[in-house]
Amino acid sequence: MTPLIDIRDLDVRFTAGASQVHAVRGLSLTVAEGESFGLVGESGSGKSTVLRAICGLAPTWDGTILIGGRALPPRRGPEFFRQVQMVFQDPYASLHPRHTVDRVLSEPLAIHGFSDRETRVERALEEVGLGRGFRFRYPHQLSGGQRQRVAIARALILEPRVLLLDEPTSALDASIQAEVLNLLDRLRTERGLTYIMVSHDLAVVAHMCDRLLVMQHGQGVEELTRAALRARAATSPYTQALLEASRGYTAA
Amino acid sequence: MALLTVDDLRVTFPTRQGPSEVVRGVSFTLGRERLGIVGESGSGKSQTGRAILGLTPPPGRATARQLVFDGIDLNRASPRDWRGLRGGRMSMVMQDPKYSLNPVMTVGRQIMEALKFHGRLSGADKRRRALDMLDAVQIRDPERVFAAYPHELSGGMGQRAMIAMMLVAEPDLLIADEPTSALDVTVQVEVLRILDRLVTDRGMGLIFISHDLRLVSSFCDRVLVMYAGRMVEELRAADLHLARHPYTRGLLNCLPDLDHDRHPLPTLERQADWAR
Ligand SMILES: Nc1ncnc2c1ncn2[C@@H]1O[C@H](COP(=O)(O)OP(=O)(O)OP(=O)(O)O)[C@@H](O)[C@H]1O
Ligand SMILES: Nc1ncnc2c1ncn2[C@@H]1O[C@H](COP(=O)(O)OP(=O)(O)OP(=O)(O)O)[C@@H](O)[C@H]1O
Ligand SMILES: [Mg+2]
Ligand SMILES: [Mg+2]
Repeated sequence: MTPLIDIRDLDVRFTAGASQVHAVRGLSLTVAEGESFGLVGESGSGKSTVLRAICGLAPTWDGTILIGGRALPPRRGPEFFRQVQMVFQDPYASLHPRHTVDRVLSEPLAIHGFSDRETRVERALEEVGLGRGFRFRYPHQLSGGQRQRVAIARALILEPRVLLLDEPTSALDASIQAEVLNLLDRLRTERGLTYIMVSHDLAVVAHMCDRLLVMQHGQGVEELTRAALRARAATSPYTQALLEASRGYTAA
Repeated sequence: MALLTVDDLRVTFPTRQGPSEVVRGVSFTLGRERLGIVGESGSGKSQTGRAILGLTPPPGRATARQLVFDGIDLNRASPRDWRGLRGGRMSMVMQDPKYSLNPVMTVGRQIMEALKFHGRLSGADKRRRALDMLDAVQIRDPERVFAAYPHELSGGMGQRAMIAMMLVAEPDLLIADEPTSALDVTVQVEVLRILDRLVTDRGMGLIFISHDLRLVSSFCDRVLVMYAGRMVEELRAADLHLARHPYTRGLLNCLPDLDHDRHPLPTLERQADWAR
């Protein structure tokens, strides 16, 4: 069976002034339709860059990215974003500062010609635990976790097939996190959605993802199944260190 | 003597539905210790931190019966007093670091600016200290990050740049708002060790806002729990599992767990009287 997402030998470089950053180095991964795939790894190892490359937001890249067996057009048009939505790691930067929550949510609906916008906006807010009172607020009038939930609602509102989730619950307390994770789980079961989810919380990854790839220095160092993660059956020293450190803080 | 005394702190914003009090009478004292604040998203943790530093964004207003930092009555502080305190003696790592950093100034220059409180250092000394600080927060390539603009950093690198900027000034009080939420656990441990040393060796007071319960219970000395603008519980961090308030107890139960599979995760049935 062809995987829904197939990335081969992905290379991404950034040029910043005189220096070059080789952010992703020959990364390959495949995700089947309906699967939930985790990306974990060192800060700066290229996780967000992989997701951004899929969305056409990486400046120069090499390699192959296939979705449903087809190469992506150089410019991702509305057709692409109808199928693939991304929740950015940094919700502040991804929400327009002068657009109300209402506008953030209704604009994509208008672009893609949905008719029942009113109901969809209300439902989307409710699904992420934000009441009506939030609908006409601006991003700066929200707490960090409330902004993150608006970003999740925006990605879900178009009912895409694929969700790229970059640390989607990192700003949420455990109770809201549980609600969002349950929502994502339910959508995947009901609609057969496919996820790639970046998280540094191994318990969240084990909860959400069937398989995961551990990244370091722009490369994949180890692929694990959920069962292997739960059994702490990691072979690379970096993954073992991650598992060790996730037990909590111990004074040196 | 307490380093910081907060008594009946309130923060109010005007909204379409009338004034909304988002911090409703928070009181606590802080010594030279690690005090955790946990609580529901939107419960007023960040606004509490900002109000202590006099950084409530307009048109919001903050009031307190008492707000005293190291013997200084902050309720009476002039703009000049504030300039002397903020960034030098008290500082805050903001929850949205990349947004809080100056987008058009390199990371290195921003860290060097924070050293202006340290008397007369030569440019070379400042540069040295900034690079050392970036190295201490586990930045792999300090020279590149020193010369980079905030948008050229990953989420966790931006967070560490902000931490570096706040720590070079060696403040007496640090409010860290979700400072490690974008860091992988191996880097997180190293950053926490730095904070830990500043508290134990230099006697800094630390307010550590986080939603990571495992982290707070293993890293902090005490924990305050906030819900709907109020402090609903105060506990020794190690006793978090003995929490009595139904919100806190519920929180612990909602966490996914590496060892057990629980689908769906339990959620909270919030009761109206929790917010009273
Ligand atoms: N616009 C850019 N210009 C220059 N370098 C960049 C740019 N965007 C990202 N980088 C660099 O690419 C590397 C990978 O960044 P990326 O954001 O993908 O990391 P990440 O794995 O998501 O990290 P984190 O967990 O901290 O978010 C980093 O070294 C970063 O500094
Ligand atoms: N300018 C504003 N106008 C109206 N309400 C505001 C404004 N700024 C913040 N709020 C509200 O104040 C409340 C407290 O916000 P705060 O940022 O302190 O929450 P928090 O506990 O830090 O949450 P999180 O964990 O999500 O970051 C939130 O409900 C938020 O919506
Ligand atoms: Mg990232
Ligand atoms: Mg906050």
